[in-house]
Amino acid sequence: MLFPKWTNKVPLVLLASLVVLLCFIVFAFAYWGSPKNYVVGYQPVQPIAFSHKIHAGELGLDCRYCHFNVEKGRHAGVPPTETCLNCHNIVRSGSKTGTAEIKKIHDAHSKGVPIQWVRVHKLADFAYFDHSAHVNKGVSCVECHGRVDQMDEVRAAQPLSMGWCLDCHRNPAPHLRDKKLVTNLAWTPGGDPAELGREFMKKYNVQPRTDCSTCHR
Amino acid sequence: MILHRDDDPSQRPVLLETSSFHEVTEIIAGPTETPLTTTWILLLMLSGSLMLLMAGLFGYLFWEGTGIWGINMPVAWGWDIVNFVWWIGIGHAGTLISAILFLFRQKWRTAINRFSEAMTIFAVMCAGVFPAFHVGRVWVVYYIFPLPNQMGAWPNARSPLFWDVFAISTYFTVSLLFWYMGLIPDLATMRDRARGTRRFVLSIFAIGWRGAARHWQNYERAYLILAAISTPLVLSVHSIVSFDFAASKVPGWHTTIFPPYFVAGAVFSGFAMVANLLIIAREVFGFKKVVLMHHLENMNKFMLLTGSLVGYAYAMELFIAWYSGNLYERFAFYNRALGEFWWSYWWMVSCNVLAPQLFWFKAIRRNLWAVFVICIFINIGMWFERFVIVITLHADFLPSSWGYYRPSWVDVFTFVGTFGLFFTFFLLFLKFLPQLAIAEVKGAMPEADPHHLPSAGHSAGGAHH
Ligand code: HEC
Ligand code: HEC
Ligand code: HEC
Ligand code: HEC
Ligand code: HEC
Repeated sequence: MLFPKWTNKVPLVLLASLVVLLCFIVFAFAYWGSPKNYVVGYQPVQPIAFSHKIHAGELGLDCRYCHFNVEKGRHAGVPPTETCLNCHNIVRSGSKTGTAEIKKIHDAHSKGVPIQWVRVHKLADFAYFDHSAHVNKGVSCVECHGRVDQMDEVRAAQPLSMGWCLDCHRNPAPHLRDKKLVTNLAWTPGGDPAELGREFMKKYNVQPRTDCSTCHR
Repeated sequence: MILHRDDDPSQRPVLLETSSFHEVTEIIAGPTETPLTTTWILLLMLSGSLMLLMAGLFGYLFWEGTGIWGINMPVAWGWDIVNFVWWIGIGHAGTLISAILFLFRQKWRTAINRFSEAMTIFAVMCAGVFPAFHVGRVWVVYYIFPLPNQMGAWPNARSPLFWDVFAISTYFTVSLLFWYMGLIPDLATMRDRARGTRRFVLSIFAIGWRGAARHWQNYERAYLILAAISTPLVLSVHSIVSFDFAASKVPGWHTTIFPPYFVAGAVFSGFAMVANLLIIAREVFGFKKVVLMHHLENMNKFMLLTGSLVGYAYAMELFIAWYSGNLYERFAFYNRALGEFWWSYWWMVSCNVLAPQLFWFKAIRRNLWAVFVICIFINIGMWFERFVIVITLHADFLPSSWGYYRPSWVDVFTFVGTFGLFFTFFLLFLKFLPQLAIAEVKGAMPEADPHHLPSAGHSAGGAHH
């Protein structure tokens, strides 16, 4: 006999480990490889310690003051340095960082170079997204960006994956509100969000499409 | 009256020309035990470099994208799909021989089944690489499997392209199992003849085969089950490949004749390829006593049958195109035969329909030179058949979107490279594995017949009681 008896079990063990390994690989990709894991929480360091918490939260600026394109076009847009200067020509120091951070705005402006903000949310080129289509139908920023008004540094709050887009497109009702309230991130519906949402679905004639050409054009 | 097997030529025991079991073992296992020859090494180097060429070109494609192939609108399926269907077709003879002929108790198949099963497996491998790269982004090719993903999307179960994946992977798996299972007793034979490392390696793959009655009983049962599983596969795989075309709405593709016509064509080209390879191997390795002229002749008859079926399908396509009265359908066939790609149509007809008709003559069926050349033509013709079908895209509904198709050099060399892949594996098979099924061949010898009387010999037809 060339092999001892226990070797009879080797093929079975190999087969079983292969199955376990395959299941593990699938699980690993589905769990750690999912945008839920690697997109959510992405928080790059910005060149200037600009805080939404101060500006949108405490000072109560409307998002559209800076992201002025959000109702009109695909992109919300990031404000030009001039928008900051509207106030920072006067406000020369902050309570946390003093003059250091605000000075960078003035430096950039005098040199004439735009501030190099680091992009937080980015879809692949093959996916089409339009802010105006959402904001004008009563979908609030908070549904997709979270409580930006409470963030010092913007952090991705949602996976922005296709499955996530579709979850809402298939059942938008719980995510809808009055158009006027879309930039009010603190707002909560009094009662059942789905019931209220159905009202707005009728009012704004909301019918999100789920066919592939909606987002892959 | 019960006929003795010898009375029916198709059922004649395979090995009339050998004397003993031992001689069979020597003939078949012998070549695997001799040292490597220079010719073999040179051939392996040649096919290995072709295989590397293929790998390099796929690497280039990986980097650059499918734009380096000749495909573009309107002909978005080009040589890659042609080659895919062609190779899959080649792979068809294997299961037909191992499964269907087995169920019909065609004993002569033992002379060729191992060979054609090996060929099937390697051909399916060559076929598989094309669609994998055709998807464009091969790194996400796993999307074709129903795995959980960020898109919340599952493969479209109504798409023939999806069925294709399962048809072909099932086919590959079953063929591989079939082949390996058949190999086990032979590997054990070789193990018993071997020493040292060779013995160790062979014993791993022979998984403890001792040739006990119990082993044989299980073996026979498993063989029967696998044969039963793969019998529908012979029909289903190429039917499903044909659905890739037939389920679309392109005139010239959207026809119900496609599945049977594809299956016949596949068996046709598969047999031609087996015959080509077998004729060479028979000469080189001296299997003339095992692979008899009569076996090759049977294969030629198969080619005659399937070639005529294919010819009938071509005629029927033309007839239906006319009879349907559908303008687009009529144009598609008119354009195939007389349009810009007329030459490919006539290559197809002459190689596939006319060439095999020569097999009506017994003299030609038994002339190996003629058989070899005709089989080469059949393979060329079957390649052109797929080309003709795919290229139908160049002129569809709107004349404004018509175009011409030219393969790029990458297309051409990738195809050439798949022969490298095929022959690399084939050469390894030829050298390291028994090329014919030793155990099965023995089973088909007169000595294996319980009624065989050594004294009377097999010539005495009525010797049994
Ligand atoms: C004072 C101007 C200003 C206001 C008001 C403002 N933002 Fe911003 N926003 C910016 C600037 C500048 C950036 C780029 C720097 C950064 O990402 O932190 C930015 C970035 C963002 C980003 C990340 C963009 C990316 O890179 O993907 C989101 C999301 C965002 N803002 C949402 C909001 C929302 C929601 C509101 C209203 C609650 C709001 N912002 C109000 C100026 C403003
Ligand atoms: C509506 C007026 C207004 C606009 C517009 C505005 N800011 Fe401010 N910003 C303020 C005020 C007021 C403070 C001081 C808050 C405090 O006391 O900490 C401030 C504070 C800051 C600070 C310092 C924070 C700290 O606590 O140290 C930074 C950095 C800053 N802003 C950057 C920007 C940038 C960049 C922009 C343009 C995208 C911008 N601000 C636009 C009003 C504004
Ligand atoms: C339906 C989800 C959704 C809603 C609602 C939404 N956004 Fe976005 N936002 C996105 C996505 C997705 C991106 C990434 C877009 C891309 O890469 O093209 C993005 C990007 C941004 C950016 C980065 C720059 C840009 O325009 O690409 C800013 C700033 C932004 N959003 C602000 C807002 C503000 C302010 C609101 C509310 C008025 C809002 N968004 C509402 C999904 C949403
Ligand atoms: C929270 C809910 C929600 C989420 C999340 C969401 N959408 Fe929408 N989407 C809507 C609604 C509501 C509409 C408006 C439907 C209508 O106009 O009737 C819409 C419409 C659209 C449209 C149609 C625009 C047009 O021109 O017709 C596109 C494209 C789109 N969404 C893309 C996306 C993509 C891409 C994502 C993910 C990154 C996404 N959406 C995530 C709710 C959502
Ligand atoms: C609501 C918008 C939306 C719809 C509808 C939609 N997709 Fe997507 N799709 C996306 C987004 C967003 C992504 C991810 C983009 C990213 O990774 O940044 C995506 C990614 C994909 C990807 C992955 C590509 C890659 O390489 O990562 C595929 C494949 C895909 N979609 C196919 C489809 C198909 C097929 C359909 C129709 C059944 C469809 N999509 C419908 C929004 C959509």
